Amino acid sequence: MDLTLKVWRQDGPGKPGEFKEYEAKGISPDSSFLEMLDVVNERLVEAGEVPIEFDHDCREGICGTCGVMINGHPHGDQKGTATCQLHMRRFSDGDRIVIEPWRATGMPVMRDLIVDRSPLDRIVEAGGYISVNTGGAPDANLIPVPKPAAESSMDAAACIGCAACIAACPNSAGQLFTSAKLAHLNLLPQGQPERYERTIAMVEKMEEFFGSCTNHGECEEACPKSISIDNIALMNRDYIVAKFKDRRKAGQT
Amino acid sequence: MTTLDAKVPAGPIEDKWTNHRFDIKLVNPANKRKYEIIIIGTGLAGASAAATLGELGYNVKVFTYHDSPRRAHSIAAQGGINAAKNYPNDGDSIYRLFYDTVKGGDYRSREANVYRLAEVSNEIIDQCTAQGVPFAREYSGLLDNRSFGGAQVSRTFYARGQTGQQLLLGAYQALARQVSLGNVKLFNRSEMLEVVLHEGRAVGVVVRDLINGEISSHSAHAVVLATGGYSNVFFLSTMAMACNTTAIWRAHRKGAFFANPCFTQIHPTCIPVHDEFQSKLTLMSESLRNDGRIWVPVDPDDTRAANDIPESDRDYYLERIYPSFGNLAPRDVSSRAAMRMIDENRGVGPLKNGVYLDFADAINRLGKDVIEARYGNLFEMYERITDEDPYEVPMRIYPAPHYSMGGLWVDYNLMTNVPGLYAIGEANFSDHGANRLGASALMQGLADGYFVLPYTIADYLADWLNISPVPTDHEVFQEAEREVDGRMKRLLSINGTRTVDSFHRELGKIMIEYCGLARSKPGLEKALSQIPALRDEFWKNVRVTGTEDNYNSELQKANRVADFFELAELMCRDALEREESCGGHFRVEHQTEEGEAQRDDLNQAHVSAWEWKGYNVPQAHHREPLEFENVALAQRSYK
Repeated sequence: MDLTLKVWRQDGPGKPGEFKEYEAKGISPDSSFLEMLDVVNERLVEAGEVPIEFDHDCREGICGTCGVMINGHPHGDQKGTATCQLHMRRFSDGDRIVIEPWRATGMPVMRDLIVDRSPLDRIVEAGGYISVNTGGAPDANLIPVPKPAAESSMDAAACIGCAACIAACPNSAGQLFTSAKLAHLNLLPQGQPERYERTIAMVEKMEEFFGSCTNHGECEEACPKSISIDNIALMNRDYIVAKFKDRRKAGQT
Repeated sequence: MTTLDAKVPAGPIEDKWTNHRFDIKLVNPANKRKYEIIIIGTGLAGASAAATLGELGYNVKVFTYHDSPRRAHSIAAQGGINAAKNYPNDGDSIYRLFYDTVKGGDYRSREANVYRLAEVSNEIIDQCTAQGVPFAREYSGLLDNRSFGGAQVSRTFYARGQTGQQLLLGAYQALARQVSLGNVKLFNRSEMLEVVLHEGRAVGVVVRDLINGEISSHSAHAVVLATGGYSNVFFLSTMAMACNTTAIWRAHRKGAFFANPCFTQIHPTCIPVHDEFQSKLTLMSESLRNDGRIWVPVDPDDTRAANDIPESDRDYYLERIYPSFGNLAPRDVSSRAAMRMIDENRGVGPLKNGVYLDFADAINRLGKDVIEARYGNLFEMYERITDEDPYEVPMRIYPAPHYSMGGLWVDYNLMTNVPGLYAIGEANFSDHGANRLGASALMQGLADGYFVLPYTIADYLADWLNISPVPTDHEVFQEAEREVDGRMKRLLSINGTRTVDSFHRELGKIMIEYCGLARSKPGLEKALSQIPALRDEFWKNVRVTGTEDNYNSELQKANRVADFFELAELMCRDALEREESCGGHFRVEHQTEEGEAQRDDLNQAHVSAWEWKGYNVPQAHHREPLEFENVALAQRSYK
């Protein structure tokens, strides 16, 4: 199939960028979206031009490295699909495809389609863990976890940290990412001791970088792992409880 | 040729690790903060080591070329992690896990290391559970297990089809905690391009910032490489696009011995290649073989659709040839069986390059819901790629390069032969012999990072108390920086006519043909004449566009492919030298009448470790003899 690409090119952080057009001819419908970009890039190099830079790695939809705006949709318009798992059979011969990087003030463009997602690491560093040192953990079966809790925790833990949720949000809010990490840990018995401190720390760190949630729901729609916005409700609930609660005085409730 | 000493402690195998921990030197808690440790890589091994060393009080610097530590390719491991918990009460034990792993590795691993691995496996499950890894549960709330290839017990813990992801997130979160506490300093988008030695010891590294191309030096008391495997030498593999050999190859060029480079694993259950532009191969977890049945049509000319072929015209060849292990025969055995079917022209699919993995029986027996709960995400991934619904038609699978058992030679302490330089996880060679069993890579990565290296590194560090690391303005660092800079400039200045990928693709074709599933003397000799010619052409005719001082993925790739050429040559030389078939290394000259691998325990029960002797000079060959005191050497049988 023959396609026309309109791609955002930007030489570096803080530099001006612009759209450029490229022809992508003779693309196999069985190839993935990133394989299509590989073909375009190899031809650019052959022509002595600088190829389009984009982030990618596992190409199995699990590492969360890839992700671009495709015709205005993060990861394209196929539900529950990361850019690397999107295949060209979703497009038609002659299509014109607009490819842009994630756009959010908290995630500046580093080059072409590559953005800086390190704020997500900062949010996890603020409290997205259970404070257990290596060694001395009790036997794993001493901590029974009800199956439904384990399942909901896993649903949230499936987040791949690609930041499509933030790119999709008109407010560039980081709620879906942050709430997924919180739900993963806060739903498990092991996560209870730090539940409320964790919630406050992560929410407040998130707000240093990203906008506020006003319930658009675009994040869930864009999520390649179909993470539910129910997690945001849980996070908001825990945040309010945390604000009322002083665990040093209230004890183990 | 010298004989290597692995420094395996004396005594009965059950006591070696316990005694060793008592015998080695310690660094007292107050002194730990006087030490600097550099860790390269943030996969399971690197992240767990960085977190644990940070918790202990060391000053740790950790480097990853990804934008975040969580992207490392451990994340893509699907099926599970082994441990000898014996929760299902089916007769498992540390000894059985040890035995299965040595046997699975076709008796080419070091007994003492494997026993230690089995010994700490249970602690890993405890640790990960405490961290909040959402392992699959029974309705009782207790942990669930499943089976994997090469074992007759259920010892595999899992988190749906995303076990690697969840374990890596556990380690990443532990690492994030240490970063926030200031014990670990994290450098993202930074690629290590040189190991720096001073007076024969590893004293630091040179890294390149991938965003702005800046080259900088970092010094430490010890350097730990946790940089994964090198199967991307085959171009198409299940590894992530960026996986490479550069870190361990640079170390090799500085004197670290490279062990068993030809031991690479071809994984039996991958989605077959569809066309020339394919960039990578996708694995379908081995756990699928718990419920899927593998077959091909009896008649090579059968053109009917899979579901129209009646039972009588199907050959469930694994169940037929290996009745006791059936569809759960180990990876090397299953891969070769699939290759034979395709060689007999009984392959399926448009290119006749696959075999069927059929879930119809399991769906009839258990219901679609149960299969969906077990493998839903894998089925979805398969459908995305092939546009076929595996609930309705059988999957098509084919063997593909996957894991590399070979790696840097390390002793029992996980230190290479270069003092102060360690290799952990897939980057070393030690635990899997000639074939890795399923669900053992995650176990080894975390064993090394959480429970082995944090003890053994103290034995080396203790001697360097109150001695500062070599400063980064020292001549050894300056020279290494100049070398790295020169190499980048050289790659950019060639300005030839061929792309990096075209070279890599061609190298991959040579390797898969002559050093893949089946290897022969004439084939390997042919590869050994083709690879240097291709490498020379690369250095004359590669075209790398862009500049040095900006994000430049072509330059990154070129630098990695340059090292793949040298590794490829060594792999072929190692495969040629090893006159036997074992595990993933199948020399057609050495097979039984039934076509199974034929080992030569008399002459080949050793680790081959290769020493760099200079560019275009063959490496020197050293051996570490393998002694089997606890497991009797036997022809591996899965029949």
